[in-house]
Amino acid sequence: MTMKKLLRKVLLLDLLQGLSLTFRYQDPKEIYTEQYPLQRPEVAERYRGAPRLNVNPDTNETLCIACDLCALACPEHLIVVTSERNEKTRRKELTTFTYDLSRCMFCGLCEDACPTDALELTQDFELANYTREGAIWDRQTLEQGPQPTVYKK
Amino acid sequence: MSEILKSEQSASSVKHLELEATPSPAYLDSDELILNMGPQHPSTHGVLRVILKLDGEKVMGTECVIGYLHRGVEKIAEHRTYAMFNPYVDRMDYVAAVSNGLGYCEAVEKLLNIEAPPRAQHIRVILAELNRLASHMLWLGTHALDIGAITPLFYTFRDREEILKIFEKYCGARLTTHAFRIGGCLYETYEGFEDECRNFVKFVRPKIDEYETLLTTNRIWVERTKGVGYISGDDCKAMGVTGPVLRASGVKWDIRKAQPYSGYQNFDFDIPVGTNGDTYDRYLVRIAEMRQSLRIIEQAVEKLPEGPVMAKVPKVVKPAVGEVYHGIESPKGELGYFIVSDGSTQPYRIRVRPPSFVNLQALDMMVRGALVADVVAVIGTIDIVLGEVDR
Ligand code: SF4
Ligand code: SF4
Repeated sequence: MTMKKLLRKVLLLDLLQGLSLTFRYQDPKEIYTEQYPLQRPEVAERYRGAPRLNVNPDTNETLCIACDLCALACPEHLIVVTSERNEKTRRKELTTFTYDLSRCMFCGLCEDACPTDALELTQDFELANYTREGAIWDRQTLEQGPQPTVYKK
Repeated sequence: MSEILKSEQSASSVKHLELEATPSPAYLDSDELILNMGPQHPSTHGVLRVILKLDGEKVMGTECVIGYLHRGVEKIAEHRTYAMFNPYVDRMDYVAAVSNGLGYCEAVEKLLNIEAPPRAQHIRVILAELNRLASHMLWLGTHALDIGAITPLFYTFRDREEILKIFEKYCGARLTTHAFRIGGCLYETYEGFEDECRNFVKFVRPKIDEYETLLTTNRIWVERTKGVGYISGDDCKAMGVTGPVLRASGVKWDIRKAQPYSGYQNFDFDIPVGTNGDTYDRYLVRIAEMRQSLRIIEQAVEKLPEGPVMAKVPKVVKPAVGEVYHGIESPKGELGYFIVSDGSTQPYRIRVRPPSFVNLQALDMMVRGALVADVVAVIGTIDIVLGEVDR
């Protein structure tokens, strides 16, 4: 063993190097932890979170044309769309829309399939629920979106 | 130490342990002890159960019991269309979801005889390399934690977060990304993507040096890893071991170079190889690989071409009758997809060749004759993800 190596070993240089690195990160500037729920993270624009069924903001009518494409595209077959034919306009109209969040893997295939941008995965990420049934969303919940409790400082 | 191991670990000595369900009285007389490690042991990186045959502290043999996380991914594929199965592959190796998706999409593209446009290929390379970094960072943090070094975990997870942020901005999910589609990428890059990648490379280079400061010369780390879990290059080949484990044993094999895919031939990078084939060398190889990944990301961002990100793909993916195998270099080794098409919209059979599953077989060779504490180190160094082992 050379003298240099021996000195390094006796003086614990390898360990001190590591320790000095750790101490450099003691600066409060380096704090990385987010104080959720007081401090809510901002998720990206493309984030795939809670689903929403969009309505036309002016008329409050749903954008969904009940084409069933989302239900067909979903690998988990968790979307159920029912519709009724309106005799006057001879067009299909949406009656119910159920979305089983407990089985959803947020892959976004349903969103891609929708021709009218009615179904959208949004930036809401707080989907916790007390019951299993609560994870099955109907049309009304889907249009309103989740209403999580927001904590403030 | 490694000499003894070498002689004991020839391929012929690997035999199935005959473990009895209830030890016979005669068995109790012997000094050997059967010990269960896992499936809930934190250092088995998931739900792996290892049955250890011990003589005191010395490991006489091991047997891995897997299947606790079996979800039947390959079976699910037979009831999904090609596009629908895409999100499921993310859930195999969930720390390297992008690589999984890349392998699957490329395999289907090969079956359909189409190729992703150059821009899509570059985006794929950037994301796959970022994912390699993320996977190696997670590996380093947890592996060091297993051996007793808790500090690197915080730093690697902090830096991995930056990668996950890029993923989230690009495709909307952090872990199970579903980033690519058959024929290219669904998403165009977001504004500032290139700059963010460049900044990330600049940010993370010194961080990798920091990990090295903490570990490479640290005497405790060196003691715990040098000479531990030795495996020779020939044994690796015999077992089908790939990835950093193979390269640390001195075999220069990387599919990115050997059978380039997704335009890897256009990038300039080296394949780091080790010499000793022990845990310490595998650590060095992975650290060196992280640096090479940064190089690839830099080049790919510089060269990012303009153009479409999606090739012309029929609306209904319906490949002709045939079969295809496509392997890519995932962070853990060769990840292969074997797809059999019967001409319908759903695959007839998909078989995945997961690197973790094959590499795990080498565990027995690596730990025979070692101490119990080394088993923890070796499980960590193979870098397994149980989601991929069991599928
Ligand atoms: S995100 Fe995926 S799993 Fe969920 S409903 Fe849409 S297609 Fe189905
Ligand atoms: S694809 Fe869109 S428009 Fe069609 S049923 Fe689904 S949500 Fe409605």
